[in-house]
Amino acid sequence: MAQKKSATWLLLLGTVAFYALIKVLQLSGLMNDYWQRVLDQALIATIGALGLSIIYGFTGQFSLGHAAFYGLGAYSAGLLDKLYGSADNYLFLAISLLLGMLVAGLLALLVGLPILRLRSDYLGIATLGFGIIVKVGMDNSSKFFPPLGGATGMSGVPQSAGFDLIFLLTVLAIIFTRNFIFSSYGRACTAVREDEIAADVMGINTTRIKVLSFVLGCMLAGLAGGIYAHRYPFLHPSSFDFLKSFDFLLIVVLGGLGSMTGTVVTAVAWVFLLEGLRFVLGESFIDFRGVIYALILIISIILRPQGIFSGKELAALVPQSLTAWRQKDKEVTHVSS
Amino acid sequence: MEHVLDQIINGLQLGLMYALIALGYTMVYGVVKLINFAHGDVFMVGAFIGYFGFQHWGLPLPVAIVNAVVVCAILGVTIERIAYRPLRYAPKIAALISALGVSLFLEYFGSLKFVFGPNFRVVQRPFEEVRWEVFGVTITNIQVMIAVVVVLMLLALQFIVYRTKIGMAMRTVSVDHNAARLMGVNVDNTISITFAIGSAFAAVGGVLYAIAYPQIHPFMGIMPGLKAFTAAVLGGIGIIPGAVLGAIIMGQVETLTSAFLSSQLRDAIAFFILILVLLIRPSGILGKNEPDKV
Amino acid sequence: MCVKNRKVYLLLVALLAVALVVTGCGGAASNKSAGEGGEKVVKIGLITPLTGDVKTFGESTQNAFKLALEQAGMKAGDYKIEYVIADDRNDATEAVNVATKLISQDKVNCIIGPLTSKTTIPVSELCNSQKIPMLTNTATNPKVTVDNGKRKEYAFRACFIDPFQGAVAAKFALENLKKKTAAVLYDQGNDYTIGLANVFKESFEKGGGQVVEFLAYSKDDTDFSAVLTKIAAKNPDILYLPDYYQKVSLIGKQAREKGIKAIFLGGDGWDSPKDLDFATMAGGYFTNHYSADDPRPEVKKFVEEYKAKYGSVPDALATLGYDATNLMLNAIKTANSNDPEKIKEALQNTKDFPAVSGKITIDKDGNPIKAAVILQVQPDKTYKYVATVTP
Repeated sequence: MAQKKSATWLLLLGTVAFYALIKVLQLSGLMNDYWQRVLDQALIATIGALGLSIIYGFTGQFSLGHAAFYGLGAYSAGLLDKLYGSADNYLFLAISLLLGMLVAGLLALLVGLPILRLRSDYLGIATLGFGIIVKVGMDNSSKFFPPLGGATGMSGVPQSAGFDLIFLLTVLAIIFTRNFIFSSYGRACTAVREDEIAADVMGINTTRIKVLSFVLGCMLAGLAGGIYAHRYPFLHPSSFDFLKSFDFLLIVVLGGLGSMTGTVVTAVAWVFLLEGLRFVLGESFIDFRGVIYALILIISIILRPQGIFSGKELAALVPQSLTAWRQKDKEVTHVSS
Repeated sequence: MEHVLDQIINGLQLGLMYALIALGYTMVYGVVKLINFAHGDVFMVGAFIGYFGFQHWGLPLPVAIVNAVVVCAILGVTIERIAYRPLRYAPKIAALISALGVSLFLEYFGSLKFVFGPNFRVVQRPFEEVRWEVFGVTITNIQVMIAVVVVLMLLALQFIVYRTKIGMAMRTVSVDHNAARLMGVNVDNTISITFAIGSAFAAVGGVLYAIAYPQIHPFMGIMPGLKAFTAAVLGGIGIIPGAVLGAIIMGQVETLTSAFLSSQLRDAIAFFILILVLLIRPSGILGKNEPDKV
Repeated sequence: MCVKNRKVYLLLVALLAVALVVTGCGGAASNKSAGEGGEKVVKIGLITPLTGDVKTFGESTQNAFKLALEQAGMKAGDYKIEYVIADDRNDATEAVNVATKLISQDKVNCIIGPLTSKTTIPVSELCNSQKIPMLTNTATNPKVTVDNGKRKEYAFRACFIDPFQGAVAAKFALENLKKKTAAVLYDQGNDYTIGLANVFKESFEKGGGQVVEFLAYSKDDTDFSAVLTKIAAKNPDILYLPDYYQKVSLIGKQAREKGIKAIFLGGDGWDSPKDLDFATMAGGYFTNHYSADDPRPEVKKFVEEYKAKYGSVPDALATLGYDATNLMLNAIKTANSNDPEKIKEALQNTKDFPAVSGKITIDKDGNPIKAAVILQVQPDKTYKYVATVTP
């Protein structure tokens, strides 16, 4: 019992410490607007990647259309706030973020029900196709509803999301993901990932579990999109094309499938790495940014093919009731990962 | 519905173009079960080497093609050796991410000034286009050439895979690496050869593409690569005739929706149809629907 | 598990450390250069895509930017010029990030760029809220300077806005060429071509012409046979192709192969003395900012020195990059200050500035008032001056 308390405290303490650190950096002027924005982008990427982590990392459903849900969330949250909200109306901000999540989730449900029957690469191509359909829809959206802007993009969303809010939502997303994957549903997800047939035989309604995790994952993407719309003043369809989906995918894979810790750390590190390259390369070698980025990607996956944290979590992220059981079961977990 | 036949021919050309790329894609997939995202970029390199050959180095077209084929085959084997072989026994997704990395690398490296440069280059066709009117439909020599090459490639692949020793080795490796090794198959060599052949096909496709749509640039491989991959999946990935069938269907769907439904919504409708087809045939059109093994 | 975890922690700490060091270095470096010596310094930022698929446009812009600064002797008024160049990969998110970097870390006094509307609109929003003047060389979307009826006071541009070129082309087709039917083909993912296409259609129909086909393609298409077959069936007099040179070269070639005899008509995106397919496009007309044969000294100086320095004739992007830089330098000189507020005032009050693309006056919406020229593509790789159209 005492142990249980200490883990939760550790998590809480870590969160507060991180928040305090950022605040100190902000106040001391070491953290300027630029790095603040990069950090915010990293946190947004974290939330979106956590969604894909649930879908692919924990449930094993190969999705190449994650950016589409990210975009749907961004557009629907942005539109609502643009039309009816104002700069400092936090109630409306909350409602629009919720709407973003709901729209992404609803579409995920409608799309997921039929296509989650497909397996691996076939599922990948179907979700990729869905992503392209959404992108075309965004490009032509102004024909149906002019404020969406179509291919000329949508501006005018109140920029009301600041670091505090984004940080809070990130923490909530992490806690939500943790609670989900360690719940009985979460364990069912892992079972589906490891062996769908065995899971089915064990009495798990695999379709339901797959759709559930897909919908939840896409809702997180929608939330990330909604925040993006309130932090970056312009939405353009090309920001949500299929190449963006690969960004989420490589974060989840490099972090290690089935590891929340990995997803979070990699999402943050990846965004900072991309920006950091600007400084490392300087002006005369800026051309090489793409090349170096690609090389880092190849080298890191060759060095750690299973990802940085494959199947492992920071102790603080694991509910204590499970750690004891996990310690005993360590060998078994190792085999499966 | 005027010009239906013309549009079908247009779609056929586009489809055969996809088939040129999809064949290499699907063969590599069949043997190593890897979505080789870099295939579209090897195709780009092929197009560039071919272009330099016949436009700048003054080589005759066949020599330029052979040149591109050799360069790409070496490139393909090198990519496999460096980026995929270390990951052969890692989870499948790791190799896929590595492939993504290689793809980005080739694009960005190619667009550096001292490599290919970022410019869009106009390709001067090495021969004139000739047009024939057949039953009121226009056919060009380029279309005929593409069709002939696709058929030749298809036959060659079928021959290699089903009639030669190396093909037998490939089929063995595709079933089980370890069992193949126990049977005395040199798995590493077989996979290298698979990549060499696949990349060589990409090179031929690249040069023909540059002639048919006379413009090249370092990012030209992304879309055709993606469409070809989709076509291969549609036909049943890993199945060689499936790639051609899938590519032809893709070409028709794209062209006909653009011509008769909506040019604005073309990609959306085309992919919608693809998803529908996949829902009816979950392993592609020619794919075998294997029952779940328990 | 414990040991593994420790490694992981170490990795984490290392990553954080690297990030912090990078932050620190960046901050320190920029602070030093800003306050160096007693000299008066003005700092200009350039945002342009130097990697990714439109890198080639970004490089033209960068070349012209550097040329203009060199010609000015790295000085504007009493101020020594320092510059920072940032790559946005033509990505809206990255553009906002680097604009934030230029403003808050490099502490620039003004910004030139970005290149496309999708990267410029969010940057103009940001610059406006941070009160840093920005001048885009090529973003044509009206929303860059005026959004929802609100003028973004710190945003300016050196190019025409979308509606202008489309209207000029329609007028030219109706009145000079005396043609009555036209087909339009545009890129549905690119607001530059959508803007021109829509306005052309509107003005052409208003002037009594008929648009027989209005069709779209996607950015990465290379096969246009489906839409071109449709257009060939209607046999229009004019084919309006408002896209960049590489795309129109490809479309033009296929159009001729489909037996389309129409006159090609386009916008400033065609201007690329090196990479346009002249053989195919010969006889086509397009709206542009200037004619390279113009005897005005500004034009000669620019064309000759650009050629000497980079070995090729400047294209439209280089021209606009050059004009944008000079407009900004002129504003700094006029204000004789590095105060963003004063630079902004000076930019807004620019009158009859002798730019390469004509005498530029900035209107109340931050757009340049300047004439457009119509050029005709010649098979010998030149453009023939046809007419000047003043708005």
